[in-house]
Amino acid sequence: MKTTYREALREAIRDAMNRDDRVFLMGEDVGSYGGCYAVSLGLLEDFGPERIRDTPLSESAFVGAGIGAALNGMRPIVEIMTVNFSLLALDQILNNAATLLHMSGGQFPVPLVIRMTTGAGRQLAAQHSHSLEGWYAHIPGLRVLAPATLEDARGMLWPALCDPDPVLIFEHNALYNLSGELADDAGPVDITRAAVRRPGKDVTLITYGGSLAKALAAADDLAADGIDAEVIDLRTLRPLDADTFLESVRRTHRAVVVDEGWRSGSLSAEIAARIAEEALYDLDAPVRRVCSAEVPIPYAQHLEEAALPQPASIAAAASEVVRGG
Amino acid sequence: MKEHLDLLREMLRIRRFEERCAELYSSAQIRGFLHLYVGEEAVAAGVMSELDPQDAVVSTYRDHGHALARGVPMDAVMAEMFGKETGCSRGRGGSMHLFDATHRFFGGNAIVGGGLPVAAGLALAHVMRGEPRVVACFFGEGAAAEGEFHEVLNLAALWRLPVLFCCENNQYAMGTAFAKEHAAGDLALRASSYGLAAWSVDGMDVLAVKESARRATESIRAGGGPCLLELRTYRFRAHSMYDPERYRDKAEVAQWRDLDPIDRLVELIRPEFTDDELGALESEVSVEIDHAVATAETADFEPVTDLTRFVTSEVSP
Ligand SMILES: Cc1ncc(C[n+]2csc(CCOP(=O)(O)OP(=O)(O)O)c2C)c(N)n1
Ligand SMILES: [Mg+2]
Repeated sequence: MKTTYREALREAIRDAMNRDDRVFLMGEDVGSYGGCYAVSLGLLEDFGPERIRDTPLSESAFVGAGIGAALNGMRPIVEIMTVNFSLLALDQILNNAATLLHMSGGQFPVPLVIRMTTGAGRQLAAQHSHSLEGWYAHIPGLRVLAPATLEDARGMLWPALCDPDPVLIFEHNALYNLSGELADDAGPVDITRAAVRRPGKDVTLITYGGSLAKALAAADDLAADGIDAEVIDLRTLRPLDADTFLESVRRTHRAVVVDEGWRSGSLSAEIAARIAEEALYDLDAPVRRVCSAEVPIPYAQHLEEAALPQPASIAAAASEVVRGG
Repeated sequence: MKEHLDLLREMLRIRRFEERCAELYSSAQIRGFLHLYVGEEAVAAGVMSELDPQDAVVSTYRDHGHALARGVPMDAVMAEMFGKETGCSRGRGGSMHLFDATHRFFGGNAIVGGGLPVAAGLALAHVMRGEPRVVACFFGEGAAAEGEFHEVLNLAALWRLPVLFCCENNQYAMGTAFAKEHAAGDLALRASSYGLAAWSVDGMDVLAVKESARRATESIRAGGGPCLLELRTYRFRAHSMYDPERYRDKAEVAQWRDLDPIDRLVELIRPEFTDDELGALESEVSVEIDHAVATAETADFEPVTDLTRFVTSEVSP
């Protein structure tokens, strides 16, 4: 069937609501507005205001309420409009959701799912353009997912809800209109493993989320130039499936990490460190990283484009590690 | 009459500027989010008319009206929307992030409630430096549900910080109607429970806004501590350019449009104020807007090599 990323996310919510009546959705404007990115459009009509709950503007309160409801037998899906606003709820996510199980000596798991939009690219300026999923991937106790395909948009939610621990799902804003074919019986997917999205033998491009399409475009350009790039979609940012990218790097002997987050102290640094720790002697060239410039993302189109990883900069980095700089 | 004309001019500047912005958005010359203030002009015009140049202003993402009424030059505001180097934030902020140090305009903030704590700090500095200034802090009724609102009102009242809190109650936070956001209906009452003077004002009546702002700033300057005005108003247009407005009906919008603050003021000052004079005022405003668009179109973009400037200050420590 033909569908979009947005519709696939919506079907996943609908499916979860039908499977389990402990599941409900809450967040700002998820109901009568239809969701700020229209993901939940129509769900209010189908499930009613008890299960599609509009909240006041109060990220800390409704994320914390999601934690409480999860502790007490429900299976909430909390939508935070964007990762930028999740900072108002960071205390609840880190100090409560991610920590209660351990602090209670294993007594209080928090089976909560939090969905949020991430990323730049639409000229929304700094306060609407952060990519902070790497920060969340720093936190023990959380599972962090980044669906980059229709299958993952459709399939990650249910296993996330089945996870006894808190799961964060990051939806890149550039993906909502992604359209394509999805199997009619598409359903839950594995949420523990990375995926090879394009096999190749010369260099491994490691990426996720909104940068996957850019890495694949770069791989096409590289192919025209005689370089065969493998593209890995991390899918799960925490816990990282290092085995998949290490296995690839051992075959290609070269790695480029592509991440829309900033470079310093980042997820890309973590991946580069894992490669250095586990596969240093398999490398034929230093690991390269293509990240966002270390600047709050600017509004002006030419500056924003220059600040973000692009197929051209990814391809340039890859050919440098293959051919030498 | 002069006072009335000034207020009318200010509201017209904002209205016509934003109407032009909407057109420029359709032709993709302005990008990103664009939140229009159409319908709410009386609030900015009335409040700003009572501020001194040394006072400070904190705004939101719905900031064009605040910036223009504060005196930020229209050319610089329009250039910012175009992402040009001559913009008031050098094209780095866009519509939601207008800044102007000269006019003590501390910016459009796109995190709902994000400006309130900053306003408290600006006021704290005024107090500590012995400067009799007011900080006008604008935010929506939706922001009054965020923790910042409650924390800052308490802090400002406790420390008697000279802040004029201007809550623009336009009845909706995106698609969420006031009654779905707040359990208790009276925002002024809630604010006064924190220990500061607060009252509601007809935000569609620019003279009422001005009068309330005058009383409030007088009291604040006299050392009376912070005040909050709940300015009851309405946005005539969508929340931003993307909003399909599924959450309200056309009849309600039409009812509020009947209270258009510009029409109301024009009616009030007739018959002394003639059609010819109104026409003259309109063309004065459109000359200013044409100039702003023309200069924005021809202005330069900042060179890409400057991308990482201003992440940290350019003076060495
Ligand atoms: C912390 C935070 N949460 C959510 C948003 C998304 N958002 C932007 S404007 C808005 C509505 C705000 O309503 P209100 O405070 O009444 O101001 P208005 O837009 O009506 O002027 C929302 C939910 C945001 N920018 N910041
Ligand atoms: Mg509002």
